Amino acid sequence: MMAFDSGSARLADASVSVRDLMLSFGAVQVLKGLNVDVRDGEFLVLLGPSGCGKSTLLNCIAGLLEITDGQIWIKGRNVTWEEPKDRGIGMVFQSYALYPQMTVRGNLSFGLKNQRMPKAEIAERVARAARILQIEPLLDRKPGALSGGQRQRVAIGRALVRDVDVFLFDEPLSNLDAKLRAELRVELKRLHAQLENTMVYVTHDQIEALTLADRIAVMRGGVIQQLAAPLEIYDRPANLFVAGFIGSPAMSMLEGRIAGGRFHVGGQSLALDGYEGDAPGTLGAAILGLRPEHIAVAPEGAEGLAATVDIDEPMGADKLLWTEVEGQKVSVRVPVETSHRRGSRVTLVPAMGKASLFDAGTEARL
Amino acid sequence: MANPATLGAAALSADAIGAGPMSGPRGARPRRRLSRGNVFLYGTLLLVSLYYLLPLWVMVMTSLKGMPEIRMGNIFAPPVEVTFQPWVKAWAEACTGINCDGLSRGFWNSVRILIPSLVISIAVASVNGYALSNWRFRGSETFFAILIVGAFIPYQVMLYPVVILLRELGIYGSITGLVLVHTIFGMPILTLLFRNYFASVPEELFKAARVDGAGFWGIYFKIMLPMSLPIFVVAMIIQVTGIWNDFLFGVVYARPETYPMTVQLNNIVNSVQGVKEYNVNMAATLLTGLVPLVIYFASGKLFVRGIAAGAVKG
Repeated sequence: MMAFDSGSARLADASVSVRDLMLSFGAVQVLKGLNVDVRDGEFLVLLGPSGCGKSTLLNCIAGLLEITDGQIWIKGRNVTWEEPKDRGIGMVFQSYALYPQMTVRGNLSFGLKNQRMPKAEIAERVARAARILQIEPLLDRKPGALSGGQRQRVAIGRALVRDVDVFLFDEPLSNLDAKLRAELRVELKRLHAQLENTMVYVTHDQIEALTLADRIAVMRGGVIQQLAAPLEIYDRPANLFVAGFIGSPAMSMLEGRIAGGRFHVGGQSLALDGYEGDAPGTLGAAILGLRPEHIAVAPEGAEGLAATVDIDEPMGADKLLWTEVEGQKVSVRVPVETSHRRGSRVTLVPAMGKASLFDAGTEARL
Repeated sequence: MANPATLGAAALSADAIGAGPMSGPRGARPRRRLSRGNVFLYGTLLLVSLYYLLPLWVMVMTSLKGMPEIRMGNIFAPPVEVTFQPWVKAWAEACTGINCDGLSRGFWNSVRILIPSLVISIAVASVNGYALSNWRFRGSETFFAILIVGAFIPYQVMLYPVVILLRELGIYGSITGLVLVHTIFGMPILTLLFRNYFASVPEELFKAARVDGAGFWGIYFKIMLPMSLPIFVVAMIIQVTGIWNDFLFGVVYARPETYPMTVQLNNIVNSVQGVKEYNVNMAATLLTGLVPLVIYFASGKLFVRGIAAGAVKG
């Protein structure tokens, strides 16, 4: 998938289109002229740390927040001034937000009753949603008698019965425990494959983002930092923030400078041959970002960066080896069976084709 | 020297192991019923409840005695001869002014004041609170602040202006006027109560209902109302107690034939002519206090729940 530059070309088949969106609370500007297009049937994840404006953006799309300026288009219709119910969206919330005094059936049919839909059709839609989500045995229970995972299913069902084109998810899995979260994540992906709806999904969990998304929009301070396919974001982060935010264990950052086509860190240097991008011949302050799995460990004296072994963290499938290069920490993914003594000297051989170079001043990728 | 022996014994007999480390304290620690702490605690509770219950005891006992027995003193002693005549007289025969039909007239007046004031004030205040916490509009905070300031203005300041207002509206002295006064004066505290309660309802619930297409009234009746029974009980208790016990508004804004029970009680107890009938006075007072008492007993649990839910969160 190609990297998509937001704000330039308008997609003809955009399902949700946010144009020059501005939102201020009094003097505080939360969103500053934000543009994003979501393709029809796409799973777009809005990813960022808390307070980056991702939930705010979702609430704007839903119509739950009055925007200051700009437009929201859904399915080729300008819905900027329309009520949430008229926008053709379904929404799932972090706290489930089920109506406590209604049964599951009541929760699912509440929206349809408000549309004054005939009873037979309501029953049909509720039955269909319950079948898809496998919550048929729960239909006559109250939300209080359900587990977290079941509640979230019902919440998804409430969006499902509305039979809408666009689903909005506001951190739907954050309240669940780790195991359940992983299960529901897969189910959500299956649901998307089955329904082929457009989904906009807010999360701060990068694993969720990487596993679910067709494209990820990484946000910070109300600005989209990078909007691209998960692998593109992982391999070629657009700036230091994205590089540091995506990936677990995190990318190691080496501070140094570029001179004569080589990256210098302390007294050592590394040839930049094979780097994908235009690294300048010289740059006073640069940062080399290396993912742990893109570094090989060679015996002392080989061509690469000399390093001292600190400790290792076994992670089951492999091991994370912490080393120090010129006083800066670098982590390397190594097979479980290798063993390195603390304090021993090794050589790190980075795969330059997978490395990322950043300008330390602008923090942008070179 | 002793070690090998103990080891050997332990290895040989399972009983020895059981008797050794397991013979000490085990399970929950036993508590003494009659500890010093307990004696102090229950003693204090007993003393305090006696202190509070004694006046009630005196009232009930006095109300069941005839006047000759009362004149003998011994206010704590139970009646030698139980008579319900004072209760009958208080309810149906005691004279206030020209009317001699007892407290019953005041009771029904109070009921006719209480019911509409209660329903209207709670209905309006709950919608107020709901709108102020969920449908914030420009200036809603200011509006709320002005409403709250109302709670701090002494009633005495507003007494006369309200008299003029009611006179101009042509409802001075009528039950309608009194209902209006109670409704308005109950508004600040009730609105605050409901606003805080609705503010504690998760915002996402409200958002979900909006996405589901429910409007202002739809959300109020179908989502908010069914989940706020406790706070309605609290509001009801506050209003029933407040309106039933009100004396000031009753004496100022009503006429003798519309006097609420409290005012009539005062007129019976404080009448200067004739003998002071203590037993009738006691019975009348107990009768007047009965309604709030019944409300408290009937809704105690819900009241506590509502107070806990509504009062904590700002």
